[in-house]
This record gives sequence, structure tokens and C-alpha cells, in this order.
Amino acid sequence: MYATNYHRASSVEDAVKLASSNDEAKYLSGGQTLLPTMKQRLAAPSDLVDLRHVSDMKGISVSGGSIRIGAATTHAEVAKSSEIASACPGLAHLAAHIGDPHVRHMGTIGGSIANNDPAADYPAGLVALNATIVTNKRSIGADDFFTGMFDTALEDGELIVAVEIKAPSKSGYAKFPNPASRYAMTGVFVAKHGDGSVRVAVTGAGSDGVFRQADMEQALASDFSAGAIDGVTVDDSELMSDIHASSAYRANLVKVMAKRAVAAAG
Amino acid sequence: MANVSMTVNGRSVSGQCEDRTLLVQFIRENLGLTGTHVGCDTSQCGACVVHVDGKAVKSCTMLAAQADGSEVVTIEGLASGGELHPVQAAFREHHGLQCGFCTPGMIMSAVDMIQRHGGRLDEKTVRQELEGNICRCTGYHNIVKAVLDAASKMGDGTKVAAE
Amino acid sequence: MGMEGIGARVARKEDKRFITGKGRYTDDMVVPGMKHAHFIRSPHAHAKIKSIDTSAAEKMPGVIGILNGAQLAEDAIGNIICGWMIHSKDGTPMNMGAWRPLAQDTVRYVGDAVAIVVADSKTQARDAAEAVVVDYETLPVVTSAIEALKDGAPQLHPEAKNNLIFDWEIGDSAATDAAIASAAHVTEMKVINNRLVPNPMEPRAALGVYDEGEDHYTLWTTSQNPHVARLVLSAFYNVAPENKLRVIAPDVGGGFGSKIYIYPEEIVCLWASKRTGVPVKWNSDRTEAFLTDAHGRDHVSTVKMAFDADNRITGFKVDTIANLGAYMSLFSSSVPTYLYATLLSGQYNIPNIHANVRTVYTNTVPVDAYRGAGRPEATYLVERTMETAARELGVSPAELRKTNFVREFPHQTPVIMCYDAGDFEASLNAAMDASDYAGFAARKEEAKSRGKLRGIGMSCYIEACGIAPSAAVGSLGAGVGLWESAEVRVNAVGTVEVLTGSHSHGQGHETTFAQLVADRFGVGIDTVSIVHGDTDKVQMGMGTYGSRSGAVGMSAVVKALDKVEIKAKKLAAHLLEADESDIVIENGELKVAGTDKSVPWFQMALAAYTAHNMPEGMEPGLKEGAFYDPSNFTFPAGCYICEVEVDPETGKTEIIQFVAADDFGKIINPMIVEGQVHGGVAQGIGQALLEGTHYDAETGQLLTASYMDYTMPRADDLPSFQISTTETACPSNPLGIKGCGEAGAIGSPPALINAITDAIGNNDLTMPATPQRVWAALGSAK
Repeated sequence: MYATNYHRASSVEDAVKLASSNDEAKYLSGGQTLLPTMKQRLAAPSDLVDLRHVSDMKGISVSGGSIRIGAATTHAEVAKSSEIASACPGLAHLAAHIGDPHVRHMGTIGGSIANNDPAADYPAGLVALNATIVTNKRSIGADDFFTGMFDTALEDGELIVAVEIKAPSKSGYAKFPNPASRYAMTGVFVAKHGDGSVRVAVTGAGSDGVFRQADMEQALASDFSAGAIDGVTVDDSELMSDIHASSAYRANLVKVMAKRAVAAAG
Repeated sequence: MANVSMTVNGRSVSGQCEDRTLLVQFIRENLGLTGTHVGCDTSQCGACVVHVDGKAVKSCTMLAAQADGSEVVTIEGLASGGELHPVQAAFREHHGLQCGFCTPGMIMSAVDMIQRHGGRLDEKTVRQELEGNICRCTGYHNIVKAVLDAASKMGDGTKVAAE
Repeated sequence: MGMEGIGARVARKEDKRFITGKGRYTDDMVVPGMKHAHFIRSPHAHAKIKSIDTSAAEKMPGVIGILNGAQLAEDAIGNIICGWMIHSKDGTPMNMGAWRPLAQDTVRYVGDAVAIVVADSKTQARDAAEAVVVDYETLPVVTSAIEALKDGAPQLHPEAKNNLIFDWEIGDSAATDAAIASAAHVTEMKVINNRLVPNPMEPRAALGVYDEGEDHYTLWTTSQNPHVARLVLSAFYNVAPENKLRVIAPDVGGGFGSKIYIYPEEIVCLWASKRTGVPVKWNSDRTEAFLTDAHGRDHVSTVKMAFDADNRITGFKVDTIANLGAYMSLFSSSVPTYLYATLLSGQYNIPNIHANVRTVYTNTVPVDAYRGAGRPEATYLVERTMETAARELGVSPAELRKTNFVREFPHQTPVIMCYDAGDFEASLNAAMDASDYAGFAARKEEAKSRGKLRGIGMSCYIEACGIAPSAAVGSLGAGVGLWESAEVRVNAVGTVEVLTGSHSHGQGHETTFAQLVADRFGVGIDTVSIVHGDTDKVQMGMGTYGSRSGAVGMSAVVKALDKVEIKAKKLAAHLLEADESDIVIENGELKVAGTDKSVPWFQMALAAYTAHNMPEGMEPGLKEGAFYDPSNFTFPAGCYICEVEVDPETGKTEIIQFVAADDFGKIINPMIVEGQVHGGVAQGIGQALLEGTHYDAETGQLLTASYMDYTMPRADDLPSFQISTTETACPSNPLGIKGCGEAGAIGSPPALINAITDAIGNNDLTMPATPQRVWAALGSAK
């Protein structure tokens, strides 16, 4: 890794101030993507602002169907939260299957979505759940937050503080991992909301990151069952193709994983 | 340069290193504890797993500076008073290692896994929980046996491993 | 056997240090003044080096020296050799191009070393390496062996026209053609054996130390055969004469063949230590390992197998193209020839066999032996063809095999090998029983009710290991003899040191070799130390590969033990005033049979060193050495059965059960042997199901250069294995050992692919059978 300067932030304000003092600074949350990237010398932030000790950014609270997850909350904490498990079981399942146990001990929800890796799990969950991403400046709806592969609506120095979710009536996530990296080769999150609407979000498959599958959403809104998707055709023209999976295979996986996510949602 | 202080295997240590120094480099090069290994550069193989503040983490994917003020346990700190940890003993008894290179990370992961799951461990869970640890020698068969046996000996009635 | 003798399931002595973090691997070594190396490697698969500008880099912090191929040439450091001469069928020697440890004019694969930076720290060396400007003129690239043979393909070496290294054959072509022409049935297939990256978990490392005062070099290295390394470094690379060069392979974290070879980095670190005046350490990161460790396999073959009306094989014709990469690695030429085509008879009585093998240069990492080395490729051809033939002929796979098994020994095949012992049907029956083969149909139905496709497949493998009789391999072109050495030192207090030329990098020699001594002298294994891996301690040895440590290395120990026993008994007879033929060794004592007269082992040893009361003419001390040269290869064999379930929606394969029934001859430690089978099978499953190596055909970039894209088998990819052994003793060595290190990797791939193709009803499936490939094969089967 290239030389860098480490700073430990004590509060949100402190973090933003530290980051704003240098153009090439980056926030360091769990570091499970950023540090490997830096080790390969593919990223060279001049300064790293460590968020792991900002207590305001940690923790989970659920009340009256509203879920708030601090951005520095680890995947392991989300996975083992009984409150999340009962309010949004699909999200607990998703968190429990990110990376491996060691990665889940460090990696955080804020870090994951700020990076918006096209094969990360959380973007699918947050889009399907119509989550709100709360930053130090504003609140951003998930549909507007994820703007493309490795790209988000975050401005320079803007810091994700928390994620807010309205508990859905049903939620399920099914992932087909890349056999090598174990990232999602296709992951589909399905959520049925209190107003009866259904959102289906797909990660790992789209050539521009997470996307919603409108035909499935429509089919599931009138009949929330795996069979309702049978008639949906997944267009593979916007899907990724690589040595592990062609776009045609990914299109198949989108449908199969969507059905499994619906089945898991119950 | 970072001034880093932490407790490693119960001993207070401190040292100076570049900010970019990884925890595993600090452990191996500054402290001379070479039991923690590096087997990949993409944070996947788990040869470098240590415990930081009671949780298994990949020391190749954490800066030494991030661990400043933390409690770190490495493979060298697992046995106490010359007595092997039950997981260490089980790896030996069940031939859960061959070349030994992945073994420290495997053992540290297994200890963490047993702490988290206790009696709920079964073969399938152990195999899933080992996703972050790669072994090229054993085919995992005897590692799984060793973890299940250690879990049961550590006080929980886990199921017996497949023969 | 005693509690710790031959056949005992003894926990390993070496484990203590590994489970407590006290193992000592090469990268753990620190010597005073040690500095760190970073290799500058070609980012291009094929290019001319126009210039190397180090001026900016030399001024970077911590830089001690930057060295390149021109300086290496100034010091007359030799080309990297291939140690096995193969002649083409027209009698011409193989067309070998030069491989410089640091490329001088041309780079031929991504990762080809160009220069070395030595600096105070590893990061400083890497920082400086980025400031070195190498000006390349890129050349056209070819990565596929088939493409490389075509007219107009990019040419790698002037010595090898059309990139052809040799065009070699074995067997009787005309007789085989005649058998095919008159056959009742011919099964034809095209079979690809996928390229693999060995991936021992410890990346390679080297620490070269030049001592100016003594004009002496020491190399710590991740080697399976430190003596061979010293020999080659001395005799061919001109680094230093053997008496001025010590090579130490301390704890080595797995090898699987990839640590047999002497790589550029070992040569360059030693040489650079003298050039820069500091000890130079290099350790590979994983990406470098993917780019520079010798790869394995990479064959494309077509086969024709002929059967008569009774389903007996009458002929087997094979045409193979083997990709050897950009340069010829140390044993690369032997792998697709004598380690491969000599096993094409499988477990079967095949009167006519002919194989033609062309080896080819491409702009890829050099290919050499990887666990099994040639034998997995042969077994995959034979066993895929047998399974396919059974399906075409409408007979059960087991029946077709039984019809053709070799049943009388010794059996001379048409391809050199003479099988000395075996009972192939015993293994087949054991595997079928263990897998409840008879109950498969019911299980398939049950799986179908759950929407899953279940399949079963078998593989009956034979391999030749314990390599090998020196005169035999010499006559076939080997540049070395493949004997092994041992020395047994009984100390004055009766403890024992065994020095062996075998090298353990996971195999457990410190335990199993000690078991031989425990068995012979009735002493505890804790009183026996095994010394290996250091050329200053062990005189000479050939190292560990080809499943040879048991059959060859242990046989050398047995020969030395024989000599020790004779002298010990003579001395005891003298001390006890008895006849030496009446002396027996039991429970740590030398006794006069049938009496209560005895002398404890340690007292006899002490007597040998005090030498106060020796038989006339006997020299003091108790230390004996031996060299053992095997009289034949050994032939482990067995049957593997794999049962799978395929998810038709995703193409994902789950292994439901994997049964192995092996015949390894005599077993010293069943626990360790089982571990070897587990690991071998896991690597075979990896090849068949998971591990694909992909190059970009245009640029020659390795697309699978990390664990992000190269699928290593993980715990949840694999089942627990059901393994058992049957035993026919090997007649050619004193212990009756056949060897067990490679069998798992040799026998398992065809069993798995036979099972998946059975499940999906489509025989056209290439390894690795990734979910995508199986899904696609299901689509075309419909």
C-alpha cells in the first residue's frame, strides 16, 4: 500500500472535519474493501479517517416498525440482532451471508453502501426496502443513492451516519455467490411493503450496479408467490458477463434467486 | 509514523510504525510473533486471523493503528501455562493439519466460532463458518472433525462429526 | 506393531510447533543486516525489452541496489534448465529455448522477472520498483497450445519452430490402428485437462546470504528438495560450488510439486546478496504466486478406444497436445510423456496402445508437475473413456471395468510399465459396497421428487510412483538418479537421529520415519529425531515428490536400520557373551532369546561409544548410512465413487458422498495416510468442479490471478469423505509400501465428472464443471 496518514475520529463532526482537511482523504469504516484495494495499490488516499470509534454511528434501534442502523454497525451485529431478525428477517439473513465471519466482524453497513460494489449485498437490500440513507447533511432515498457501479449520490466529504428502514410486511434475500470470491454473482432481495407494493432489487448481475426488476415487482404485487414470477422474462442485455457467468446465465439466476427470495419471505 | 500501543497475548506492547503498516506486519515484524501468517493479498485465505477485542479478524485487513488500544490474541497466546487450548489439542488429535501454514488462522477461527455458536455447531455450520479460511492440504475433513470435537469438549453437547 | 510402530495411528510429533505458532517457515527467518527484494515483472505476455531506466528509482529512500539481466549475464549466471531430455519421434532432441533468471531481451509471459530492487524494507523496495521505467515493445501473443502450433502463430523461441518443443510417441501405432479398424465398437472423445494453479498456502520465499569472509552462500528456501536445488544452483547456474553453498528448506507450507523447481527468485536472491553485500529476502505475495509458480496439467487430447464383441478393449489411441508455457521448467518434459503415457493402460488389459504427444510453447506461466503430474491426465482420459464406452455399449460401468481388469501379476503393459501387484476388483467391490451402489436407483428417484438430479460415477485409477529406478529413468532421459539416502545415528545415550534426503512439507515424516525406528528397536518415537531439509546436515538426497518418501525414502532408512541392527546385535552378543544369531531386540532391550540375559538399548549404545569392551575389529560408534535405489516403480491403485446432486435451476453440483477405496500396500500410519487421501481428493474435486485458469487470449493476461477469480476448494464445497484401504504388498521395496500422496488427486476428477454427466444426461462437459457450465450443458441436453 502507498503511504497514508491515519486519523481516528471521535465524533461525526470530527470525522467530517478530518476528512475535509484533505482532498484525497477517505473514510475508513470496517476497511474490508478499502484496505484490500489499497494493498493492491489500486487506491491511494492521502489520509484515512477511522470511523470505528464514533459511537453516534453505531448501534441498532427498532421501534414501531422503524429500524435505524448506525452506519458503523458491523454485519455481524446486524446478523445477530434479534430486533432485526423479527422486524426484517430478510435483512438479517443478508447480513449473515456477507463475506465470512471475520469480514462480518469488521465490515459495516455504511462502508458497504458507500462503496456500492456491484456485487455487494446491502445495496439490493436497501433498494428493495426503500431505505433512507442519512448523512451528516441530508437524507437520501435508496433509489437515488445508488447511482451506478461504485458510484453514489454522496458528495465529497459527505458521511453516512445511519440507515433508516420502515419494516416491511415480508422480506427475503437469496444469493448465488461467485464460486471464487463468494461475492454475489446474483443476489435478489424481495420486500413486500405495508401498502401492498413489492420491490425487487438485484445485485451482482447488473452491468451498472443494483437495479429494480419492475416486471417481477408488478407480478408479485398482485400475487406474492414464487410461481407469480414464472411468466416474467429477464432481459439479459444490461447484465454483466464474465468468466464466471454469462449474461444469459445471470438472467436465469435473477429469476431463480427471485423465486427463492419470495419463498424465503414466506 | 504511528505510535501504536496494544495488549498482545496479555502483554502490553508498543511500537512505532508507518501508518500504512498492517496489523499482521506489526505482529510479525515488530513483535516477532511469526505464528500469524499471510497466505493471500485479497483478504480471503484467513491464515492471518487473530482475535481483536475478542473477535476473530483478518490481521492483513486491519491497520496496526486501527488496533491501537485493543486487546489482541494471536496463536502464540492461546495456550495457557503450557496447557494446549482444547482446539489446539483437537487439531493434533484429529490430524487437522498437515503443512501447518493455515493452521494458526484455522485454530483462531475455530475458537471464535465455538465461542459464538457453542452447542449449536454441527458439520454443516462448521463448514459454512470456515468460509474465510482456506486449507490446501487436509481437504478440511479432519479440521471439521477437530472443531466439532473441541466444541463438544469445551462443554457443549455438539453432534459428533461424520467419520 | 507396538503402540508407536509400523501401522500405529500415532499423533504427529511436529504438530506441537505448528499448533502453537512456533513453526519456522522461510519468511519467518531473520538474519542480521537482512534487506528485502521486490521483483519487477513484465506486465506484458510477450514483448521486447528496449530499455530499463533505474535512475529515479535508485534515489528512492532505502534503496540498496537495482539489478537486471545484463548484470546477471556479466556474472555468467546460467540459464534455467530442464532436467529431462526428450527426443521427438524423428530422433531429434527437444527444441529448448533459453530461460534467463532475469529476462534480458524478451519477456514471454506476464510475470517474467526483469529486474530486482533491494531495499531496507519491503514497501520501500516496491515503492522504488514503481519508479523503474522499463520500455517494452509489445509482440503478438498466443496462450492456447493448439493456436500456437498453427502456421503464422506468434513465435516464442527461435529454437522451436511453430512453438513445437517435441513431437513424441510411445507404443505401436500401426497395431493400434489395426485394432481400431477391426473393432466391434469404438468410443471417441475429445478431452480437455484444465490448467491448474497449485496454490500451496505458504507462498514461495527465498533468503540468500553471502558470507564474504568465507566466500560462502546460504539459501533458505521453500523447497521440496533442497539438495537438488543446491546441485542445480551449483552445476548449472554457476552461483557457487556445492561446498560453498548451503541450502536449507525449513518448515515448508505445502508444495504439491510447485516447490520442486529452482525458480529465478532463488537464483537471483543468492546472486544479489553477493552483488549488494547484504542478505536478500524475497517472499511472494499470492498474486505473484499465481503469476510465477509453475502451473499444472493443460492438455487437450483426442482418444479412440476399441472394443471387441465381448466388450474387451483391443486398442487405445491417444493424441495429446500439452501446453508447457513460456519456458521449459525443470521436469516439464517428463510430465506429459513418461509420467503420463506410460499409465494409459489404466487397470486394464489393453493389448495395443499408442500415444502421440506434442508439447508447445505459449505466452503463459511455465507448466510442470502438480500433484499427480501426468498420471491424473492419463487417468482422466482412461476413466472418462471407460464410462462413456459403458454408456454407449449399454453395460454397467462396473461390468465393463471388471471385464477388462488386469488380474495376473506381474503384468507388462504395452507402454513400459510392469504392474507388480494389485487386486483391482477388491477395490471396486469395496467402493461399491461403501457407497451402497446398489441402492442408487432409489436415491435418484427420491432426489427427483425434490427436483434434484442425482448421478453416480466411478473411477478406477492406477498410478506409478515411488519414483524411481535410477537406471530406468536415466535411460528415458532423466538428468538425475532417483534414489534416496538415509543415515541413522544412535547416540551414546541411545537416542536416535535419522537423517533423510526426503523432505516433509506437510507429510509428517518426523512422525512416520520415527515410527520405523520405534518398530525396529522398541524405543519411543520421542527419543527419535528426524533431520531433513538442510544440505549441511544431510549429505545428499533427492527430495519429496511423486509419492516417493515412503517407498524410496523409508526404504533407505530401513537399509540403514538393517546395518545398525547388525552392529548392535554383534555388540550386544559380545557384551552378553552370546551368539549374535541368538540376539533379539524387544521393548528397548537386546536379549538373548530364550534366556533372561539382556542389555538395555541405551547401555549397548553407550558401550559403542565408550568402546572399552568391543568385539575384536569393531569400530567404535553406532552410525550407519545407506542409499536405496528402487528396483521398480510402485503401483498404488483403487476405486473412487462419487455421488452428486445437481440443482437444475442453477447448475450447482453438491457432492452427496465421495467414497475412496485405495490399495497403498503397507501403511505406516493410517491417520496420516487418510489425511493424504483427503487432501488429494479435495484437490481432484477442485480440478473437476472449481478450479479454472483463464488467460485473455488477446493480451495473455491471467484473468484468474487471485482468490477473487480462482476458485479454491473451501470447506463448504466438500463433503466428509468415506475412505478405506485394501492391501496388496508392494514386492519391490522392503516395507511393501506403494505410496499415497497423489492418489486422491489422480483418481477423483473422472469419478466426479462421470457422476455429473450421469446426473444431467449430457456427456459433453469440460472441467471445471462450474454451475454455469453444468447449467449450459443441461440446456443443450434438453
